Amino acid sequence: MTLIAGKRTFRELNADIRTALETQNTVCVESVNGQRYIGSGLDAGKSIVLHGTPGNDMGAYLNGGKIEVFGNGQEAIGNTMNGGEIVVHGHVGDTLGYAMRDGAVFVEKRAGSRAGIHMKEFRQMQPVVVIGGVVGAFLGEYMAGGTLVVLGLGNPQNLPLVGAHCATGMHGGRIFLRGAFSQENISENIAVRELTVDDRAELERHVKTYCAYFGADEAEILDVPFHKLEPLTARPYANLYTPN
Amino acid sequence: MAYQPHHNWTPQAQKEILKQARTGGVLLSGMSNNKPYPIYWDKMLLNASQVTNPSIDPLREPMEIRTYLGRKPAKLEFHADGSLKTKLEPQVQLETPILFSAMSFGSISLNAQKSLAMAAKKLGTLFNTGEGGLHPALAEYKDCAVVQVASGRFGVHKEYLENSRFIEIKIGQGAKPGIGGHLPGEKVTVEVSHARMIPEGSDAISPAPHHDIYSIEDLRQLIWSLKEVTQYKKPVAVKIAAVHNCSAIVSGVARAGADIIVMDGFRGGTGAAPTRIRDNVGIPIELALAAVDQRLREECIRNSVSLVVSGSFRNSADIVKAIALGADAVSIATAPLIAMGCHMCQQCHTGKCNWGIATQRPELVSRLDPEKMHLRVVNLVQAWNHEIKEMLGGMGLNSIDSLRGNRLMLRGVGLRERELEILGIAHAGQ
Repeated sequence: MTLIAGKRTFRELNADIRTALETQNTVCVESVNGQRYIGSGLDAGKSIVLHGTPGNDMGAYLNGGKIEVFGNGQEAIGNTMNGGEIVVHGHVGDTLGYAMRDGAVFVEKRAGSRAGIHMKEFRQMQPVVVIGGVVGAFLGEYMAGGTLVVLGLGNPQNLPLVGAHCATGMHGGRIFLRGAFSQENISENIAVRELTVDDRAELERHVKTYCAYFGADEAEILDVPFHKLEPLTARPYANLYTPN
Repeated sequence: MAYQPHHNWTPQAQKEILKQARTGGVLLSGMSNNKPYPIYWDKMLLNASQVTNPSIDPLREPMEIRTYLGRKPAKLEFHADGSLKTKLEPQVQLETPILFSAMSFGSISLNAQKSLAMAAKKLGTLFNTGEGGLHPALAEYKDCAVVQVASGRFGVHKEYLENSRFIEIKIGQGAKPGIGGHLPGEKVTVEVSHARMIPEGSDAISPAPHHDIYSIEDLRQLIWSLKEVTQYKKPVAVKIAAVHNCSAIVSGVARAGADIIVMDGFRGGTGAAPTRIRDNVGIPIELALAAVDQRLREECIRNSVSLVVSGSFRNSADIVKAIALGADAVSIATAPLIAMGCHMCQQCHTGKCNWGIATQRPELVSRLDPEKMHLRVVNLVQAWNHEIKEMLGGMGLNSIDSLRGNRLMLRGVGLRERELEILGIAHAGQ
């Protein structure tokens, strides 16, 4: 089934998408024009395909469903996502995957600032964000779990791979960075390490999925060395306080 | 050696310096502001009827204290047959204007939280999960639960949001305005980790700024994302601390689409806050409430939002005064904890609470029996309900709605002109 978003309000459009998904598992929406909250709380087994530019908070609280965007995304994609998959064939804005707990987000090109803030993990829930291009400031701030991958592909303006204050307050999870990056953009509480065998296996899995979605060359991506960022301590603030 | 007496350098001041010299740490305290700032509740007096407009006896006349929280329409329209044409936004019906404030599982024990949940169910009111997630043991109390969404989003997912009467976005807290939550890894037991959905033993860091909110417009986006995901069935509240510019902030929050605004004064409690913040930041809830209610009225948007205030309600008279100043309801935490045994030792942050309240140690938690303790909380609130009815009856009012924002029922004693002006009340004798 195909819906036309056009100039409709987000409330009308999202109500129609919900109604359509009561009787079928997939809905396609054409000419999306910045409507917000599309696919929020989408359950497992349901998927939405979007053409155009979905608005902020797409896939917020995503609950196992899948959203694929043919176009660019805006801010706060996958906010507090609890599972499922988001694929964006284009760029995305700021605060991608805020506090996401599970599921995967694949962005073909660049992401704005504050991607992966407060990302967390819990037992078998292991969230993943793969960003094909470069990324803005505050990547992985307060990150507590999960995996962030930045590939830095297609960077004609030669922008830094990651912006300033990368991984500030990070206390869990891992960030894989492809190629060179400026050490001064990495927060002081972070260790830059070589990938272990397990890390490499995980990375290759994510790169493979990325290439399958966007037709990139897997060997070419993996040919460039990767580094892993992880917190020097899991308790960065353990000695901050004294009982009074 | 004993400390030498000194008016300025008290033993406490010296002890705190020595602690910091030894550890280099930020001083951490529990409970609430422990400094002798003015208590405005004690400088306001209530009215009573004499002769004309006689007082009402709550023992023989019905007294209405039922309270509805949620956005109210600017006007009502009716069909020809008298039925309501205006579509109402979701409302929360409470049988008392008293709710329980946010206290997470983690900051308090599961037995303490369960006692509040059980009491809330019996009383027809609500408890609040804080940002600790909803433990499965409390799932049966979901209809009395307020669930919180804060910057760390601990335990927040679709089902959690649906298992609630309303959703509260936490921006700030009276005990530590501008400071976030930080549950140390020692307190993240298996059970706590389950409810918060984070690994056992890991720090739960929830900074004061939501790093996706830098403006009223961003807050609006979070509010509406919560409304969308719960399909407009739940009111969305925003909790802020009472700070200097709170009336302008509340006006913005109301316009952002909040259905309920919770404002916590500088005496609000906490499981742990930096001592200096606890004792020096924020403003009295009495002044903040009066200023906010006045501002929302001036802007003709008072109806668009319910106002719940908190921050140290010690008894029913404080509550009646708050409602006369303009609150729709109040929320209490310290009082029910005292009902459950709390002795105000202010050591909540150590996690060694003897009363099984602010601890996760199984041997201490087991001292608190929810079956018994919830009844003490029920008793307390029922007693306060009755006192509220008596005070209302005394004023010649038979409904709490007639008291809301009715500042003619208040008079100040020993207050300066400026304070009376902010409170919007006359001095006693006027």
